[in-house]
Amino acid sequence: MTTRSLVERAGTFVGLVLVAIIFGLLVGPQFFAPTNLELMARQMAIVSIAAVGMTIVIVSGGIDLSVGSMIALCTVVIAQLLRMGVSPLFSALGAIATAALCGFVNGVLITQLRVVPFIVTLGTMLIIRGAAKGLGEERRIEAPQTWLNDLLRVTRGEALVPSGIWAVIALSILVALVLRYTRFGRHVFAIGSNERMARLCGVAITRTKIIVYALSAAFVGFAGLLQFSKLSVGDPTVAVGLELDVIAAVIIGGGSLSGGRGTVAGTLIGAAIMTVIQIGCSQKGLANWIQQIVTGCIIVAAVALDRIRSQSGGV
Amino acid sequence: MTATPAAGPPRFAMRGIRKAFGATVALAGVDLSVSEGEICGLIGQNGAGKSTLMSVLSGALQPDAGEMWIGGQPFTPHSPLDARRAGVAMIYQELSLAPHLSVMENIMMGAEPMRFGLLDWARMREMAAEALAALGHTDIPPGAIVGTLSVAAQQIVEIARAIAVGSRVLVLDEPTSSLGRVDVQHLFDLLRHLKAQGHAIVYISHFIEEVKTVADRFIVLRDGRNAGGGDTASATHDDIVALMVGQSVSNLFPRSSRSRGDAILDVNALEPGSASFTLHRGEIFGIAGVLGSGRTHLLRTLFGLEPVRSGRVRVGVYSGVARPHQRWIQGMGLLSEDRKEEGLALTLDVADNVTMSKLSPFGPAGLLFPARQRGAAARWISELAIKCAGPAQKAGELSGGNQQKVAIARLLHHDVDILVLDEPTRGIDVGSKAQIYKLIDALVADAPGHKPRAVLMVSSYLPELLGLCDRIAVMQRGRLGDAVPANSLTEHELLVAVTGGTAA
Repeated sequence: MTTRSLVERAGTFVGLVLVAIIFGLLVGPQFFAPTNLELMARQMAIVSIAAVGMTIVIVSGGIDLSVGSMIALCTVVIAQLLRMGVSPLFSALGAIATAALCGFVNGVLITQLRVVPFIVTLGTMLIIRGAAKGLGEERRIEAPQTWLNDLLRVTRGEALVPSGIWAVIALSILVALVLRYTRFGRHVFAIGSNERMARLCGVAITRTKIIVYALSAAFVGFAGLLQFSKLSVGDPTVAVGLELDVIAAVIIGGGSLSGGRGTVAGTLIGAAIMTVIQIGCSQKGLANWIQQIVTGCIIVAAVALDRIRSQSGGV
Repeated sequence: MTATPAAGPPRFAMRGIRKAFGATVALAGVDLSVSEGEICGLIGQNGAGKSTLMSVLSGALQPDAGEMWIGGQPFTPHSPLDARRAGVAMIYQELSLAPHLSVMENIMMGAEPMRFGLLDWARMREMAAEALAALGHTDIPPGAIVGTLSVAAQQIVEIARAIAVGSRVLVLDEPTSSLGRVDVQHLFDLLRHLKAQGHAIVYISHFIEEVKTVADRFIVLRDGRNAGGGDTASATHDDIVALMVGQSVSNLFPRSSRSRGDAILDVNALEPGSASFTLHRGEIFGIAGVLGSGRTHLLRTLFGLEPVRSGRVRVGVYSGVARPHQRWIQGMGLLSEDRKEEGLALTLDVADNVTMSKLSPFGPAGLLFPARQRGAAARWISELAIKCAGPAQKAGELSGGNQQKVAIARLLHHDVDILVLDEPTRGIDVGSKAQIYKLIDALVADAPGHKPRAVLMVSSYLPELLGLCDRIAVMQRGRLGDAVPANSLTEHELLVAVTGGTAA
């Protein structure tokens, strides 16, 4: 890690500390109580894991607007599979596979039709949402209680952190490692930074991009699993607009929509900043509209600060 | 018909213009003037300072010293907008039109007639039609969408815009590069027409014949200075070439002992490019040609970045078409002419840029250990004396010369046998140039222990080709000629071959 990227990450981290201090002062010391921190971790788990996947897409210079719809589809798929008597584990895997398939289709459409990712995933956002509603017959699907409902809940005695959060942490570390310690990871950065150079260097652009969208969608599938766990039903209307929170987390965390930049650690900090604002506002008793205005300001400020930072870096 | 300029003050003049970029002096005191009703041709080889001079004139760059006047008034543009307001209209090779808008909108852009705070479309159509009629081009309908017009018609729209907004000096940069022969003739008629109306025109071109045909007077730039000039009527093609060439700088080019080895690249009737040649180990093969002659396209076709229409390419033992990935495996690497847009990923670090084509040595089974990757890059940083903070520094933070070395290091890291170099020294300082010449020479030199490599290079800078290459072929209007031993050519002959044959 260079000192430069350390500074870049620290910048976002400083932002998180500032936001936390401000709400700590507003709300009081109980804001930092372990139970409150755990509440925040649970709150941010769904956006975080989807945003970790989105980090790969954004580093490659793309974007995926269909993640909210994918999450809804996943909750419906799990509920339907459970009702059909499929075991909880295979229901969960089925949902993740469904999401990965959606991502695969996104990747194929983007690379084969040569339509920009924004448009393709704007279309699939509607298609997948429609599919979720069709599969869920336009209503909530009740499902039998299983251990899938406990992923974001503490069940065994003293364990403070639920298993779903451990999984988010483990998967985040995995993605960070893939981006840094595999050839695939470096190819993703190369495509995002300069696709023409990647082509010149013989990088398999089509294949890499399809893998990027499918892999990222698999993480969205996991987010869908957590969403189901929280709801305990399949809901085709859940997570509308969530893709914007997911993208915002990546951007606040230093990802660039023009590609080639972004880190998993930054993304997680970005998700944490948004969560601290949400929880802080609601615990302070501030209305939802204030939350939204504050979050919006943070997004613009984060990107503006980032721009100033990279300019002073002497590029 | 050739109206000799009036004795009055020139419409536009620049005197003693100097501009340096760091240690590189791009302009070392240039004078230029053009009067009403005059076309002045500006000629010079690549790197002579033409584009820097145009940037100064257009306000994109501020000169370090020197003065400019328009119509007797001092002219000191701080931005391209300043220069446009003062009446300088630049027509570049790349036209700057909005392709989705109509002809009239493009012509009146920024000067749209208004009525009661709304666009006055009738008046706009009228004014655009007037502007086109003044150019004798009533054949272009004001309502047509610009993107549907031919390149020649688009160029006329751009000139009409310049005239409509009241430009006092019209500067055309290589305006014929994308035009056919008939369109070139039409453009020349139009320029003569504008001249007769009293416009002052600067005409920049590589092509001596064009300048002789259309301009009254010419100025030759060489190494950022006025090398000479005069009336086009009295100067011969040879006189102008002699001014462009100057004395050669042969000591810059090292030449180790080379011996021609096996044929390693065999190109047979390749289209596009009409190219047939053979490249051997221990040899540097040069392709000369002006910008737009198709030389870059030929290299990209060889490397699999552009489709082959017909013909055969054999690389070592492999034949048939291939994509870049296969070319690398076959032992061929391409250095792009466009370092910023294609050659390098500027936001990634030096190590990624050097090693991107071959990451496999850095770990098993798709893994990559950054320490090994940086180690490999560090080796090339020291061997090529790349000035940087280390392998983890972003490529975009390096100077042009050092960026170019990073791009070349990629070919060396990959250990290719055939190095295809497109403009290997474009836009870099003299010191880096000398180092790159030395490196290219060493690649093909006899050396104990390893086979010499083969180099195929394209350059606009003729002394570079003559100094480095063993054989040179000239590319003109999309066709590659026969190869000639470099030592049988003078720069003069080569320049005639490159610039000739385009008289309209």
